[in-house]
Amino acid sequence: MIPDKNKGWKDVPKAGRILDPGSAIEYETGGWRTYKPVHTKENCINCLFCWIYCPDCAIEVKDGKMVGIDYAHCKGCGICVKECPTKPEKRALVMVKEDEETGKE
Amino acid sequence: MTKMIGMTGNEAVAEAMRQINPDVVAAYPITPQTEIVQIYSSFVSNGQVDTEMVTVESEHSAMSATVGASSAGARAMTATSANGLALMWEIVYICASMRLPVVMPVVNRALSGPINIHNDHSDTMGARDSGWIQIFSENAQEAYDNTVMATRISENKNVLLPTMVMMDGFIISHAMEAMTTLPDDVVKKFVGNYKPENPLLDIANPVTIGPLDLFDWYFEHKRQQAQVMIDAKSTILKVSREFGKISGRNYGLFEEYMLDDAEIAIIVIGSTAGTAKKVIKDLRANGIKAGMLKIRVFRPFPATEIVKAIKGAKAIAVMDKSDSYDAVGGPVYKDVRSAMYGKRGGKIVNYIYGLGGRDVTEQNIHSVFEDLKTIADTGKVANQVTYLGVRE
Repeated sequence: MIPDKNKGWKDVPKAGRILDPGSAIEYETGGWRTYKPVHTKENCINCLFCWIYCPDCAIEVKDGKMVGIDYAHCKGCGICVKECPTKPEKRALVMVKEDEETGKE
Repeated sequence: MTKMIGMTGNEAVAEAMRQINPDVVAAYPITPQTEIVQIYSSFVSNGQVDTEMVTVESEHSAMSATVGASSAGARAMTATSANGLALMWEIVYICASMRLPVVMPVVNRALSGPINIHNDHSDTMGARDSGWIQIFSENAQEAYDNTVMATRISENKNVLLPTMVMMDGFIISHAMEAMTTLPDDVVKKFVGNYKPENPLLDIANPVTIGPLDLFDWYFEHKRQQAQVMIDAKSTILKVSREFGKISGRNYGLFEEYMLDDAEIAIIVIGSTAGTAKKVIKDLRANGIKAGMLKIRVFRPFPATEIVKAIKGAKAIAVMDKSDSYDAVGGPVYKDVRSAMYGKRGGKIVNYIYGLGGRDVTEQNIHSVFEDLKTIADTGKVANQVTYLGVRE
C-alpha cells in the first residue's frame, strides 16, 4: 500500500522502504505520456511481442489474445509499437500524440 | 583473566572483527588500512571465522557489496582509508540513508593531493555530514574497544545507522602498544546475534529497499535520519556503560583530562591526545592550570555536553588535523564555536596541525598553551586560526 501522504515523518516506514509487495499497481504513471500506443484489434495477429517487450506490464491479455492497453500505467515509451511486426499498411499498434485522438488535453 | 599483549592498531581492529565474526566482509586494500583486511582474510582462510569474504575491484564496490549484504540481512563490515573512502563516497551516503548498521574501521590518512599516505583527519572529516556515526580512537586499545562497541551501537533498534571507527594512520595503525583484549565468548555475548529489521532474504516478507523517493517523501525520510542521530547519543552512552562493565574501561562521548579547574584548555581528536596529556602534566607541575577535552564521538556531535565541560576555561584551542579551505577554520573548530554561540565562555581559537603526517611534538603543544596563556591573561586574540608546525 502506498503510504498516506498526510502522514508525518514519525509515522512512515524508515528509509523509504516499501513493506508491501506488489504495490506498484497503485502508483499510476499514465500521466507521464506524451505519445500513447493505440491498438487496432482487426489488424492484430496476437503474436504478443508487445506483451513480452512492455517494461511496465501494461499490455492487457485475455485467453492468449491482446485485448488492450492499461493506460493508467503505460508510460508511452513506444517499445510495443517498435516491436509490433504487423505490415505498414495494416498496423496493429501506432503511436498517437496524447491529445490528438480525443482532440482534448 | 585478561593479560597485556603487544598489538598494533591494525592487529587490534582485525582481532575485534574476528571476535565479532561478521557474516560478510567486502574490502579493498589501501594503505594504511590494508593490514586489517589482510589479517582478517587469514582468519577467513584458517576457518577461524564464518565470514564470507568478498574481494572486490574497488572501494566503490566494497561499500556497494557491504550495503547489499547488509540489506540482505547480514552483519556486514568493510574497512578503508583516505582515497578509498573518497571512492566509496556515493555509497557511504546511501548506506546511512538506508539505515544499514554497517561498521567500518577507517584508518585516517591524508586525502590526496598531493598524494600522501600519512595521517591526518581530512578523509573522515569530509564524511562528517554523510549520516554515519563517527567514533575516534586515541590508541590501539580504544580502536579495539570502539570497534566492539560500534557493532552494538549501530545494530541497536533505536539507532540503525552505520558507524565509522577511526584511528590515526601509522601512528596507531602500525605502532605496537601494550593493550588487552577481551575473551572471545565475552565479546560474542556482548555483541549478540544480529536481528535485521527488513532483510531482503526474508522471502516470506518481501520488501523493497532503496526505492525512488521524490519530493513527497524524501524530506520526511531525511528528517527521520536527523532525529535518529540526535537520539543516538543516549544509545552510545548506554552501550559504553555496558562495555565498561565487561572491560573495566569506561568511555563517554569525550574524555576530560584535568579539565575540571582548567583555565586554558585544548580540544583534540585522536593520537595527539597522548602527547597533549604529557604536556599538560608538565604544565600542571609548574602550576599552570591546563586541561584537555578529547573528542571520542564526533558524530553525533556532543555540542551541549562539550559546552558544559569547557565553560570554566578562559581560553580554548580547538585542534584540527584537517582544514576546510573555506577561509574560516577547521571543521572541529566550527562545530565547537557554533556550540558555544550565545553561551558564556572563554575565547576560542583554532590550530590546523599535522597535515599529511607532519609530526606533532610536545613543543608544538607547548606553544599552543603559551598562546592560550597570553589570551587568558590579556583577553586579546592575535590569530583566530593558526597553522601549527608549518614552515613559514
